[in-house]
Amino acid sequence: MIEIRWDWIAGHLDDVAEKTWQHLQLLVIPMLAGFAIAFALAVLALRRPGTIGPVTAVTGLLYTIPSLAAFAVLIPITGLSLMTAIIPLTTYTLLILYVNTVAGLRSVPAEVNEAADAMGYTAGSRLWHVQLPLAVPLIMAGVRVAAVTTIGLVTVAAIIGGNRFGGLGQFITEGLQTDFDTKIYLGAIGSVILAFVVDGVLVGVQRLLTPWSRARGREG
Amino acid sequence: MEQLLAFFGDAANWQNETGIPNRLLEHILISLLAVLTASLVALPLGFYIGHTGRLQVLGINIANIGRAVPSYAVMVMLLPVMLGLAPVLGYDPRLGLRFLPIFLAMVLLAIPPILVAAYAGLQAVDRDLTESSRGMGLTETQILTRVELPLALPVLVGGFRVALLQVIATATIGAFLAGGGLGRYIIDGIARRDDGMLYGGVVLVAVLAIGTDVTLSWLQRRLTPAGVRMATGSAASPSTGPMRAT
Repeated sequence: MIEIRWDWIAGHLDDVAEKTWQHLQLLVIPMLAGFAIAFALAVLALRRPGTIGPVTAVTGLLYTIPSLAAFAVLIPITGLSLMTAIIPLTTYTLLILYVNTVAGLRSVPAEVNEAADAMGYTAGSRLWHVQLPLAVPLIMAGVRVAAVTTIGLVTVAAIIGGNRFGGLGQFITEGLQTDFDTKIYLGAIGSVILAFVVDGVLVGVQRLLTPWSRARGREG
Repeated sequence: MEQLLAFFGDAANWQNETGIPNRLLEHILISLLAVLTASLVALPLGFYIGHTGRLQVLGINIANIGRAVPSYAVMVMLLPVMLGLAPVLGYDPRLGLRFLPIFLAMVLLAIPPILVAAYAGLQAVDRDLTESSRGMGLTETQILTRVELPLALPVLVGGFRVALLQVIATATIGAFLAGGGLGRYIIDGIARRDDGMLYGGVVLVAVLAIGTDVTLSWLQRRLTPAGVRMATGSAASPSTGPMRAT
């Protein structure tokens, strides 16, 4: 019923590598841009809690727009350049990253902040050396969800990306157009595998960033 | 903007099979049907896990897999299977091309959020309450329907909210596989380089999704008992669980 041509895949490994590389670019660039924006807004939220409601509402609105519509909306403006994919991919990460960063920074107990103040930390160095490290678990939980979501969305971008962008999703589109099951499954399963691998890497990064939680785990 | 107004102003876009009312109806019907079908699986299983505390690992795994597998991938993987099964099961191959892969992908992706909401909602109910209900002589069914369900209702509606947004987005993508619904305007608008149609589709899809979101979040607040509302406040909760991935 479904015939997978392994020999075809073996003969096109350079193509697979190239599309995987683009998939990763379309993951990393929006994630970095999204995190920079979300983090700045989260720091603002600490100073002015009144901004949390409106920012959550706006990022929530952006998150609610179905993906195909979001990718299509820029076509008449930016054409088939990478920006057509990067801009919506960035806006999709904002809600998750913002909500989790705010929750992480706010989860730091008041006593800890007061102790840091008493030790003479300035507001800036307290944020960087005290609040941020303690917020890492919640921030990383958000980063993991956003990364896995973005990898899935990149495949959708391939629907409008033609032969220009869409990472592994381009295999799906090409496979559908030429009625070639091998390409369809290569793109679909490839992107799922990529999501699991990236998630695993992020779990590793979180361990590296929070060595104290590992130490506690050993003792307890 | 002019092209957009021209699209909505054209009388031809308001009638027949390809008109806005029919496309909107298609989109809403397939979405509701998918969520309803998913509920038949997700609710009994979720209530069972939440009420008894058994099979929790299964629940968590279904949620995690649902998070990692994007809707478009599910849809296209089902396509060759549904086409291949057509002669075996004797249905029209066109059904295997246009409807079944899209619909089944929507159902599969709506299951995790509803399942998680069902068991998480039940688990969040104070154990003292269920214990005292048991002490008062309520049967297990009565505890479920009269104590646990009313208290879990806002969480449950939250699950349906995520599921509905998920399927609305997935149905839009389905237009790429020759499916109906509002996604048609986007796909056809791109293919014909008709920006008015493209933007018309974008606006309609966005309005449908945002309207659904606003309605269900209102319902969520309405269904939260006043006492619970005061105790928890309305702060946005961080996401550590499954989210929509389309």
